[in-house]
Amino acid sequence: MNYHSRKLLKLNLAPWRMATVGGLLLGGLVLVAGRAFYLQGLNTDYLQGKGDAVANRNLTLPAHRGQVSDRNGQLLAISTPVESLWARSTELKLTASQQADLAGVLGMPAQDLAKKLARKTRGEFNVRRPVTPEQAVKIAAMGVPGLYLRREYRRYYPAGEVAAHVVGFTNVDDLGQEGVERAYQDWLAGREGERQIMRDRRGNTIRDLVPIKTAQMGGNLALALDLKIQYLAHRELAAAIATHKAKGGSVVVLDAKTGEILALANQPNFNPNNRRNYQPGPMRNRAVIDTFEPGSTIKPFVAAAVLERGLFQPDSVLDTPQTWRVGNKLVRDEHPHPHMTVSEIIQKSSNVGAVKMAMTLTPQQFWEVLDRAGFGQLPGSGFPGETAGRLRDASIWRPVEQATMAYGYGLSVSLLQLTRAYMAFANDGEVMPLSFLRREPQEIVGERVFSPSVAREVRTMMETVTQEGGTGTRTRVPGYRVAGKTGTAHKLVDGHYAPDRYLSSFVGMAPASNQRLIIGVVIDEPSGGVYYGGSVAGPVFAQVMAGSLRQLSLPPDAPETTTRMTQGVPSVVAHVDGGV
Amino acid sequence: MSRLNIFLAVVLVLCALGVIQAQHRSRTYFVELERLKKEARALDEQWGQLQLEQGTWANPARVDMIARNQLGLVAPPQDRVHVETLAVNP
Repeated sequence: MNYHSRKLLKLNLAPWRMATVGGLLLGGLVLVAGRAFYLQGLNTDYLQGKGDAVANRNLTLPAHRGQVSDRNGQLLAISTPVESLWARSTELKLTASQQADLAGVLGMPAQDLAKKLARKTRGEFNVRRPVTPEQAVKIAAMGVPGLYLRREYRRYYPAGEVAAHVVGFTNVDDLGQEGVERAYQDWLAGREGERQIMRDRRGNTIRDLVPIKTAQMGGNLALALDLKIQYLAHRELAAAIATHKAKGGSVVVLDAKTGEILALANQPNFNPNNRRNYQPGPMRNRAVIDTFEPGSTIKPFVAAAVLERGLFQPDSVLDTPQTWRVGNKLVRDEHPHPHMTVSEIIQKSSNVGAVKMAMTLTPQQFWEVLDRAGFGQLPGSGFPGETAGRLRDASIWRPVEQATMAYGYGLSVSLLQLTRAYMAFANDGEVMPLSFLRREPQEIVGERVFSPSVAREVRTMMETVTQEGGTGTRTRVPGYRVAGKTGTAHKLVDGHYAPDRYLSSFVGMAPASNQRLIIGVVIDEPSGGVYYGGSVAGPVFAQVMAGSLRQLSLPPDAPETTTRMTQGVPSVVAHVDGGV
Repeated sequence: MSRLNIFLAVVLVLCALGVIQAQHRSRTYFVELERLKKEARALDEQWGQLQLEQGTWANPARVDMIARNQLGLVAPPQDRVHVETLAVNP
């Protein structure tokens, strides 16, 4: 087809007009193409970035820390979101009246707030973390430019100071600082997730750009602690500290069958929800970290050692003069009896008797028994900072040391360690591994320390401690048979034993017919006149034991008791069962 | 030949419309999913706060204080406690 051959198209146009129009169109095309090339080709990264900035967002997916609860599911620590107030100094515009309002809402003096906001050097800074939900609503309503609220998780401890030492606490960055919070930091901590999304004009999320990195929530933890027993221990300890004007003290409650730590309380203590007045002293978990010389509470191990070797029988009689010399050391009894059986030595806590028994052993034999009982070794609870105590090697013992060690001087233990060692007597010679976490009974393997017969014999001796003529008559629990041992030790002050500063302790177990609970109590420097372990630590033991046995619904086993026993009439049983 | 072309063109257009439809549905569902996730998070937070509240009310220290001071409850003395033992019939 030829245009020129068509008549209709045959126009009389000047060739320059064609050229002009054609040139203009071509020029326009080149312009547009050039611009398009400039935008798409040369400037693309910048523009793509701008576009993405409008539509795409990087989000961090919050992950909160796991909960900590007691063995019955009662909450001990939980993370819950709170708002915190922060400011960006470059955008911050605050009128004087707004500043006064803000100070009012935050409840802080106006000058303090002004000082805080005037810090121009930093780009973004926290004004208050956290703010209460009511404050957050008011601040949001003020609409001050440059002031922002941010959601973050805060840790709360509903049980407060009652379980403070076991649970521990976290710092502002959600890192465990003490206790279980620190020991299980990796398990409890959540890991933040990340996702990149595209948004539409209205801010709806329309698409994920890359696969989501899901947030990993922190794991929950069920402790072995029983909050009711824990509270009981806390209350009785605090009361005893006040009555005896003591410097401090600790209580440990163990489940004899499983090695679980049912309660662990210390005085002085702290409130983990309010740590403005930070003081390291009260935060120390004394029962696990501090050591003391155990005093007479070591004597059952001496008795077990000599019984095990067949050197004595529980009813073997020893001459026990009031004083007895070992090397240059004079061992003394406060309440002398000329002759005592091994059982009576434990019952009346005779130093002379214990030393005479211990001196029949070689240092190596004595050391080996103490070592097996776990002295000088980490108790293995997994608690941060737990101490191994001190037990010197038998090869460097002098005879005097062996003698003093028989009544608990020259070695040091923590209360947790001592209470754990008593598990050997409670559990027919087997010590279960300690645990701060709840566990199933079938998953534990014990460690044999004494033979069952030796453990039972020593336990029977310790039962006489709480009977007439024993040192622990104030440790009786109505309705139950209790076994235990008192301890009263002079404190070591500047390298010398202070004559008037004591550490009173008691470790005991019940019900004697089927041991379930072991409770260790130590009171540091009672200064209210009485200081014997049986009179200071003993009543705390009795109170906590009575309450715990009731809490666990363990049947009374004492035959001579004021408790009225009724042999079951089923209708009555149903009635009583309801009221536990 | 041209018939087939027209048919294919129609199929192509239908497919394109189908893609648009599917894309739209996917976005709607996605928005819905996001909304529900947000709701789940909010409920989770509320659950945590309720647990915290429950834990605070049920704190043994508080229960003990109210029982003793407000309600005047005391632990029964030992001589007033009956222990019932189930008779075991072999």
